[in-house]
Amino acid sequence: MIAAARKFRKLRLDQVSRDFGTHNALKDVSLEVGRGEFIALLGPSGCGKSTALNCLAGLLPLTAGGIWLDDERIDRLPPERRGFGMVFQNYALFPHMTVRKNIGFGLRMQGRPRTEIDQKVEDALALVHLTEQGAKLPGQLSGGQQQRVAIARAIVIEPPLVLMDEPLSNLDAKLRLEMRAEIRRIHNSVGSTTIYVTHDQDEALSLADRIVVLRNGMVRQVGTPGDLYGRPAHPDVAEFMGYRNLLRSRVTASGNGTATVQVGGATLSGVPLERLADGEAIVAIRPEDLTPRPGGPIAATVATTEYRGRDFYGTALTADRTELFFRSEQPVVPGETLYLGAEASRVLIYGSGSA
Amino acid sequence: MTTLSGSALQAKVLADRPPLRLLLAQRGLDGVTLLVLPAVLFIIALFVYPFLYGLVLSLEPKVGDWLANYRRFFSEPFLYDTIAKTMWLALPSTLVNILISVPVAMRVRLMRRQRLLTTILVLPITLGTVLIAEGLLNYLGPQGWLNRTLVLIGLVSSPVRLVHNYWGVFLSLVVSGFPFTFLLTLSYITGIDASLEQAASTLGANARARFWHIFLPLLAPGLAITFCLSFVQTFSVFPSAVLLGAPAGVTRVISIAAYQAAYEQYDYSMASAIAMIMGFAQLLVVVLVLAARGLFYRGPAGSAKG
Repeated sequence: MIAAARKFRKLRLDQVSRDFGTHNALKDVSLEVGRGEFIALLGPSGCGKSTALNCLAGLLPLTAGGIWLDDERIDRLPPERRGFGMVFQNYALFPHMTVRKNIGFGLRMQGRPRTEIDQKVEDALALVHLTEQGAKLPGQLSGGQQQRVAIARAIVIEPPLVLMDEPLSNLDAKLRLEMRAEIRRIHNSVGSTTIYVTHDQDEALSLADRIVVLRNGMVRQVGTPGDLYGRPAHPDVAEFMGYRNLLRSRVTASGNGTATVQVGGATLSGVPLERLADGEAIVAIRPEDLTPRPGGPIAATVATTEYRGRDFYGTALTADRTELFFRSEQPVVPGETLYLGAEASRVLIYGSGSA
Repeated sequence: MTTLSGSALQAKVLADRPPLRLLLAQRGLDGVTLLVLPAVLFIIALFVYPFLYGLVLSLEPKVGDWLANYRRFFSEPFLYDTIAKTMWLALPSTLVNILISVPVAMRVRLMRRQRLLTTILVLPITLGTVLIAEGLLNYLGPQGWLNRTLVLIGLVSSPVRLVHNYWGVFLSLVVSGFPFTFLLTLSYITGIDASLEQAASTLGANARARFWHIFLPLLAPGLAITFCLSFVQTFSVFPSAVLLGAPAGVTRVISIAAYQAAYEQYDYSMASAIAMIMGFAQLLVVVLVLAARGLFYRGPAGSAKG
């Protein structure tokens, strides 16, 4: 029997590792996923997120560790016996089958009766708003339509787990936003568990219940989008979450949930996210939180500016040539001197040991 | 803005029209097109002219009216039987080669040291039919190691006859045709996007189902082309039919008939007629196979746009 034909309570990755020759694509990844969750695996290219997904699908064997669905070990089952739905980055639609045949393929492989297949395929087509296109070949569809066929094909078999490998990366910006909402809508209406691989933090933040940040094959942080956005556990994660200002600094005072650091000749107060030893630290500030203000502690000369509609973003150089990314509501011109500052609650301080 | 008089306007329109050179270039005709000339001359000199020459020659028999050669061919069993005999060699050996190539290529595509194995499998292509024939005569003959071994282990009491009959020619056609069939098949198989197979497996298809539902339909048009190309090669079998077969009996193929007409009876007209018939017999099979190919999906075997 297919492992996943029954409802599960918990999917568990237990110290999963995968090597390619001497390269460790995944190192001791452990993770628990509850039924119905939407999990995003987030990380830069080469961080092992697609490897993790392929290991889950059964397309890559593990080098070490195990994958468990409740009490059943599934990491040695071939993909066809896991019964997980997978949406590939290039969609991988069967070019010689019509949209209906593509969607019905999984049900056909399960040996379901003809009438049931037809009914479910129609339901799936309606779910992804493609009823009109059912008789076409994939080559006759647009990218967004192909993408929806790929989703329909993966979920029509009612898999307990849906795996998506950067499904939006081939679409243009507008379609990407539309499909993002669509994917979340389908996830909610089907009630499946979804693991979604992406390198786009906006996608992860807007879609996921929980985000797993991977770096060099290791889990850096697991948390809700709010956790990751507000309190990234590591400068790497902070960088990924849009903290473009990652500055080397010296701790001058710490205690009581605040700390003071020296950056580019100026003194800043912030929130320490780790126990700080005296000495080196890394300060993380989002460009949108670093703004010119009266009495701003950091004096910097504007180098470049960029108009973004509501406000201006730019880079500025301090006296010791540190490059800062800032936001300004007023127009600024290169060469102008600004006094930049940020709210203490928006300044995150990491010990230098985590660099 | 000033208004232009009629003739001035016409002149302006003419001046605005892109030059002829550009118009031709847009239709793909420019200086580079001339590079096709040597190839065209080559084809005319080596294919069109000999074909037309042979056709005309075949219609000018030594005796009788213009169709006498063809009438003679189709009235003498000694001659018209050669078509069936050649088909009986070429069709099964081509089919067997494809049936062997597909599973081997399916396996080879997954291997990391593909090149070494491919080289070994393709080596026979460099040997030439005569060398293969000599080798098979030695190995499979009554005193060859195969028969000696079979007799030694008591599987047969007297040597099995494998040369100077149908099977000798059949085997040599398989050996010499395999590399070609295999290489073509391998390139068609590796042209199928690996993610299609992965997608099928995540949808519950086991290896057998993946082959029947994904690989075979996408491969069929390519296999049809492979079949045609290999078939045409084997249909013109001559050396191995003479060396390994029974050229007066079961392996008297059509090319032997043409050879005898030309160089034993010095009837070039008859030989040309036989060559024409041979060409049309091949064409018939090729057209049938290609028509069947039209029933399959023939688009790219990638995953749609991707």
